[in-house]
Amino acid sequence: MRNLTVVLLMLIAGAAHADEFTKEDVARWQAEYEMVAREGRKLWTSGELGTNGVACAQCHPNAANTHAETYPKFQKQLGRVGDLWEMVNWCIRNPLQGKELAADDPKMIAIVSYIHKERKGVPLAPGKH
Amino acid sequence: MSNSRRNFLKSTGAGLIAGMLPISLVRLSFAQSSQDFTFGYISDAHIQQIKGNKFVRNWDQGLKRAVAEANLLDPRPDFFMFGGDLAQLGSKAELDHGADILGALRGKNYMVVGEHDYYYDLGDYWRRLYGDEYYSFDHKGVHFVVLNSVLTYDDWNNKWETPMRRMQEMALLDNPNGSPFMVGKRQMEWLKKDLAKQDRNTPVVVFSHSPLQKIFRNWNFWTEEADEIQKLLAPFKQSNVIYGHVHQIQYNQIGNIAFNSVMSTAWPWPYPSTYAQAESHLPILTVPMNRADPFDERDATGWQFMNIHSGRVDTSFNLYGNENRELAWNDKRGHLADTRYQEKQDRIPPQTQY
Ligand SMILES: [Fe+2]
Ligand SMILES: [Fe+2]
Repeated sequence: MRNLTVVLLMLIAGAAHADEFTKEDVARWQAEYEMVAREGRKLWTSGELGTNGVACAQCHPNAANTHAETYPKFQKQLGRVGDLWEMVNWCIRNPLQGKELAADDPKMIAIVSYIHKERKGVPLAPGKH
Repeated sequence: MSNSRRNFLKSTGAGLIAGMLPISLVRLSFAQSSQDFTFGYISDAHIQQIKGNKFVRNWDQGLKRAVAEANLLDPRPDFFMFGGDLAQLGSKAELDHGADILGALRGKNYMVVGEHDYYYDLGDYWRRLYGDEYYSFDHKGVHFVVLNSVLTYDDWNNKWETPMRRMQEMALLDNPNGSPFMVGKRQMEWLKKDLAKQDRNTPVVVFSHSPLQKIFRNWNFWTEEADEIQKLLAPFKQSNVIYGHVHQIQYNQIGNIAFNSVMSTAWPWPYPSTYAQAESHLPILTVPMNRADPFDERDATGWQFMNIHSGRVDTSFNLYGNENRELAWNDKRGHLADTRYQEKQDRIPPQTQY
């Protein structure tokens, strides 16, 4: 019994070690996100994602009408369920007349980070139209 | 649409566009009597230069279509209004290209200046093309006033290193470094004098680029002197304010003043209420436009046809990608009302904005 207790304590201690993070860590991680979201805002408002100078912000001030919380959802023109980054690419390709980005392109991650930042606090509603 | 009417439109030589021209517009234009009259309203074209003689096709198409359709109206409306933001960044090239397209409009066209026309050279080139930024005129017993409502503080105007930088800062709708729109002291004085000369029974129609009511300051759906201007309009039995800038359907009634906005030919804007992180005040009367289909580049854009009768303005929104919307003066209610969707139970899912 005593041995078991010792083993348990060791397990807990081990887990606690991996789980431990400080206020400083949290602040740093938050700052990392904010930095990427700020980069996203820059891309959103500049015309540099496309070729015709049109910027996302022209139609989407404060990233409104992007409905980030509703993705993934069915898009009738795609004929299937799509994710937010695919709609971002649709806009880059069409109104911006630009070249689409990979889902994990740092620019795409920055854009999606910015959209979510502006939509913060809105309950998730995947599939909603 | 009756056969004879269809043939009539086809005989204008633009059968394809005529086929798309909503019946209601045609019917309205035939309804005019001697005192009542109609005018067309096109707004917010945002002609945008890419480079040299290359311009963003999307915005060009929106304006060209408005002009082509408006040219089919018969009998002709008495005049046209253009509600501001002809250009995107106010350059000579953009204003010239926009003026070229708009110049194909058959009939007298009055201009309102928008911030996108103004902040590159503080209106110099626009004034060379179109003359005064604010003025008034009378037509068939109605007094029309055109304002430049997009002025701002001199300090703000002078703080940017280049004119183009200033223009770009003002062009960014949600810019925290932007500056609120205003009419300014000199123009307020002029407006007071101009209105003082009018009989209180004369219907007044004021055209401004920004709303003369305070809806959402962050996006300049706002004019600083809105309350003061409303006080000047209050004594008139019928005053009407029609504005662009918001790229969406809005309408309201404050005392005797009926307000309504017009659509953009270029792109729609979200309703401020859909921005989750700030408070805004969309007039509760408004039945919103449909949410835009992102896959249809002309959806939620269009132009307007106005019908003036008994001192009030009915608006027919000619929407390229949606069913038309009709906003008409409702005497019983004492305000503008959508002829089809005003009641809660008559609204359709795309009108829910979130
Ligand atoms: Fe505009
Ligand atoms: Fe504007």
